[in-house]
Amino acid sequence: MTTSRAGADLPDLYRAMRRIRMIEEAVAVRYAEQEMRCPVHLSIGQEAVAVGVCAGMRPDDQLVSTHRCHAHYLAKNGDLKAMLAEIYGKAAGCCGGRGGSMHLTDSTAGVLLSLPIVASSIPIAVGAALAIRQEGRDAVAATFMGDGSIEEGVFHESMNFAALMRLPVLFILENNLYSCYTGLKDRQPRRPFVDLARGYGMPAEAADGNDVEAVREAARRAIARARAGDGPTLLVFDTYRWREHCGPNYDNDIGYRTEAEFLDWKERCPVEQAHRRLVAAGRHDEAAEAAMTAAIQAEINEAFAFAKTAPFPSPETARSHVYG
Amino acid sequence: MAEARILNVAEALREATDVAMEHDPRIFVMGEGVSDPKAIFGTTAGLAERYGAARVMEMPIAENGFTGVAIGAAIMGRRPLIVHQRVDFALLSLEQLFNNAAKTCYVTGGHHTVPLVVRMIVGRGWGQGPAHSQSLEPLFAMIPGLKVVMPTTAREAKGQLIAALEDPNPVIMIEHRWVHYATGHVPAGRYTVPLDGPRRVREGGDVTIVATSYMLLEALRAAETLEKAGISADVIDMAVLRPFAPEPIVDSVRRTGRLLFIDTGFRQFGIGAEVVATVVEQAFGSLVTPPVRLGLPEHPTPSSRALLTDFYPTALSIIDAAAALTGIEPARIAAPRAALAAELAKLPVDVPHPTFRGPF
Repeated sequence: MTTSRAGADLPDLYRAMRRIRMIEEAVAVRYAEQEMRCPVHLSIGQEAVAVGVCAGMRPDDQLVSTHRCHAHYLAKNGDLKAMLAEIYGKAAGCCGGRGGSMHLTDSTAGVLLSLPIVASSIPIAVGAALAIRQEGRDAVAATFMGDGSIEEGVFHESMNFAALMRLPVLFILENNLYSCYTGLKDRQPRRPFVDLARGYGMPAEAADGNDVEAVREAARRAIARARAGDGPTLLVFDTYRWREHCGPNYDNDIGYRTEAEFLDWKERCPVEQAHRRLVAAGRHDEAAEAAMTAAIQAEINEAFAFAKTAPFPSPETARSHVYG
Repeated sequence: MAEARILNVAEALREATDVAMEHDPRIFVMGEGVSDPKAIFGTTAGLAERYGAARVMEMPIAENGFTGVAIGAAIMGRRPLIVHQRVDFALLSLEQLFNNAAKTCYVTGGHHTVPLVVRMIVGRGWGQGPAHSQSLEPLFAMIPGLKVVMPTTAREAKGQLIAALEDPNPVIMIEHRWVHYATGHVPAGRYTVPLDGPRRVREGGDVTIVATSYMLLEALRAAETLEKAGISADVIDMAVLRPFAPEPIVDSVRRTGRLLFIDTGFRQFGIGAEVVATVVEQAFGSLVTPPVRLGLPEHPTPSSRALLTDFYPTALSIIDAAAALTGIEPARIAAPRAALAAELAKLPVDVPHPTFRGPF
């Protein structure tokens, strides 16, 4: 079975987004149980970028993500049980409980690493692309970056190097407007993000980050360029983080952004947009929705049950694997 | 018996890289200046010509970025060797080294490894100044997941570098620039020196002298003079800082009862602090006198040679410290010490070798 959704139609993309939304909401609800004892940076509201980009990626294409990695990992077919077990700190977690929610990884799915320090993941993806080049393969690497990460020097260093070497890598700028509680306008001058790529002689493309098909098409073009040996692309997708920077709650009341702004973005919910499009095209209905969400819910329930009952790692193993 | 091949450390490092690259096509070299005419003090000379630009890659001035690139490639199974002409530039890459290189094997439960080697060179002399001559090995040695080595002899430098390039873990190799001039017998072809801990380089029973990198050469000079005064020093090369394996030092102190540590870097919070603390913990009862540490004083390295007069430990200050530790009569050491002092005075304090003409 192929894990790529390269030929995926809107129903597949919609299902993938709905599944991520339901998983993240389940994490949010169960977080209060105080059993998921690690920071969680939820992807709710940003599903279209993850699903649209990963639709064109193969399992041997390498993805490197950030602290907000749940949607990327799931969209790339990272194992759900291993993700939840990791958040619960269990031995069956994708890092055996050593990383937590910000370090999701799944080699089978091509989720190389997720790294919590802002922008730290960017050169790792460029390095994966260099390895792919050295091995003479036609795979690609992709790095998801928040809007804050382009303020770090290593973003520039990585763009410069990737462009210089024409490496098969996608720089995916997922602009959710906030770095923790500080808005973009307080951190960066106003200019089109795509102009950043010009400084490196690199192609760039922007698309609606809440429109999964638009994301998929932009990513597909960038992936094709990378596979053909035509080098890296900067992809820019505006989207919105619905919940607090870290944690399960809404935080429109604490003063750094407005309820009105949130409601405006909520109107443009990537999952509901895709749903409306499918219904309008006569390709989806209430019965199909009910059957789909029931199946997803069953999968989620089973995965949570697995994660909650899975054994913790034994304390003495904390010292193992410092060296390979 | 084959004729002894005498190389200096710089030549030995070059040969190690060549041998390893020939043996393993996954190895590639990255750094600022690795293929330029100076070739990192000759340590990468000829490699670009032999292996091509795809395997000896000149880098943009982007230490953190290309270190991340190297880590990403290493996780994917490649074997990068990074070279920094000065440790001070490597400071820009600490985020990648500490957060990603050192932790990926651990975080992934051994699923991923980071077979990366980073060579960093400590400068000294000819006015290098405060940001071109820092000996910062404790920074790296304190991080679990990194291996940290400081080769001093040519044979060891070659063997350690080949071992590092064959190791599945990130290895930081800190080379003192003046060590590059040290010559010695170097076997031809491929061999490894294990990255496992300190080793005795001179046997003695009166005092244990442990030193890092260039200070080992000063310590060996001191030991020769001490011998003339009847003091036999057990000299240990702190060749591997991490993994920290203090057993040879502890065993030595159990025999000698005295410990003198010579740091190439700062005395306070230096490698000597960890070694002395460990010896006190494990062999307190064997100590007949408090351990002594020598190292750099509590200020940055000034540029002018006039300001460096008392900055670095020397064979003479090591002799004085060892004499005080062993409690011998000053008169007994005076003549051989004076002879050494006269010998050392022939070379200026800011020049490593008679052939050295600057600029760095």
